[in-house]
Amino acid sequence: MEELLEILEELHPEVDFNTNKSLIDDKILDSFDIITLIADINDAYDVAIPAHEIIPENFNSAEALYGLIERLLDED
Amino acid sequence: MKRQNNILEYLDNIANVYPDKIAYANESIELSFKTVYDNARAIGSFLHEKGRYKEPVVVFMKKHPNTIVTFLGVVYGGCYYVPIDVEMPRHRIELIFQNLKPGAVICDDTTLDLINTFDYQGDVYAYDEMVKETVNQAALDNIRSKAIDTDPIYVVFTSGSTGRPKGVVACHRSVIDYIETLSDVLEISEDTVFGNQTPLYVDACLKEIFPTLKFGAKTYIIPKELFMFPIKLIEFLNKYKINTVCWVVPALTLISGLGALKDNVPEYLHTIAFGSEVFPIKQFNIWRKTLPEARFINLYGPTEATGMSCYYVVDREFDLDEAIPIGRPFNNTEILLLNDQDKPAEPGDQGEICIRGTSLTLGYYNDFERTNEAFVQNPLNPYYPELIYRTGDIGKLNDRGELIFVSRKDYQIKHMGHRIELGEIEMVMNQMEGIQSVCCIFDNDKKKIILYYVGDVSKIEVVNYCKNKLPRYMVPHLVEKIDTMPLTSNGKINRLALKEMYANR
Repeated sequence: MEELLEILEELHPEVDFNTNKSLIDDKILDSFDIITLIADINDAYDVAIPAHEIIPENFNSAEALYGLIERLLDED
Repeated sequence: MKRQNNILEYLDNIANVYPDKIAYANESIELSFKTVYDNARAIGSFLHEKGRYKEPVVVFMKKHPNTIVTFLGVVYGGCYYVPIDVEMPRHRIELIFQNLKPGAVICDDTTLDLINTFDYQGDVYAYDEMVKETVNQAALDNIRSKAIDTDPIYVVFTSGSTGRPKGVVACHRSVIDYIETLSDVLEISEDTVFGNQTPLYVDACLKEIFPTLKFGAKTYIIPKELFMFPIKLIEFLNKYKINTVCWVVPALTLISGLGALKDNVPEYLHTIAFGSEVFPIKQFNIWRKTLPEARFINLYGPTEATGMSCYYVVDREFDLDEAIPIGRPFNNTEILLLNDQDKPAEPGDQGEICIRGTSLTLGYYNDFERTNEAFVQNPLNPYYPELIYRTGDIGKLNDRGELIFVSRKDYQIKHMGHRIELGEIEMVMNQMEGIQSVCCIFDNDKKKIILYYVGDVSKIEVVNYCKNKLPRYMVPHLVEKIDTMPLTSNGKINRLALKEMYANR
């Protein structure tokens, strides 16, 4: 989770990712960020996020995103 | 055959042929050609009533079918439209207002309050009020009878190296020239269903707006949010049976690069035009494998030569280290490749891509100095006045005689489909309180903008400032504070040293 928070904070140092649960709904993350995130997560955790998981629900909070990463790691 | 002199003739004609067919739509509203015609003429009549004529009218509305109607309405009124958008940072809008000094701004309900927060003293008109105006046929006829095809129809603003955006002014004649030849290349017909991706405040959206009117085709405006979620985007394309897209390359690689084409196919798509950046062959091959029957067309051109100037219809396989050509100029356009001595480059040699033809726009609004730098006398013709536009792009011909884009001449970069001068970012950031010096570099492999700064401010403050002052696509991906700025022997910032620093970090 620490590593993910670092990735997110590098993108948006002004956002508190521990509390914000509406990163997509509030238009904090945009398509640039999503692409960067997917690449950075791939580098950091060695997981490829499949296209069908790239949906708003999985990106609305750091917690949801971390849940997705854990799920994908378990499937391996 | 009667010669067309006015862009509105497309709409006058099609509103009679297909009055009830849908012209422009999004997921919640559909406008028929008759509605577009009626509302645009009401807006033209409203502007006439207010005494607006032959002047810039700013259109400050969200991305919506009504915005396109407003563009057309401004032209019916004998004025020219200047699109701006809430996505633009305040600072940029203020610079545009300073350059333009507009007397009228048209707003929708999302911008009516916002416009009051700007230092703008002119009139503000609400779209909803304008479309209620009774059409004044006599006035519109009179405006039309006095119009000529070199009258401007829009001013769109592009990035400028000094930080001041440049307003490119285009007239009926160059837009008609573009639409006619583009439509042939893309094989547009009444069955075409466009899915619009590009913002309405750039000239890229001409590709959908006007062929739709010429043929009675249909354009769906795709919600911007979908360009984050590739499968939802494909679902949208399929739901509305979209068969033709003219997108920037990153929008296409978003879908292929994230693996969305593995299990999902845009099943109606048969024409894919792309531009703004080089299409990585690996991604391109995924698309071509998914849609083997589709036509793929590479487009290239600067805003200053009205939309696009060159095209290449993909007709062969490419190796991973090859670039897809930008091909050949559109009909009625010539490309000159000029070397350092302003002589034609030898076959196979590199030269600056220069454009000759009707497609040249009129120049930059209220800026003769920068117009004269870029729109210059054709150096190959010393006998009579003839302008060419110097793109600042370097190109060459390959063995097949196809034009290849090589690179930019200066520090201008292409990123996420936008043209960016790194100097513009630096200019804005140098204005920040506490900043001593900044320099931007571009990581071409990872497509990231990196900002280095020296100053007594924190990284968070710098990032926040960037976000307030710069358009989203210009905000650096990485901000790094350094103690001193490396300089070259003649005192300029040493970009190479910064690039090394970045590579070794």
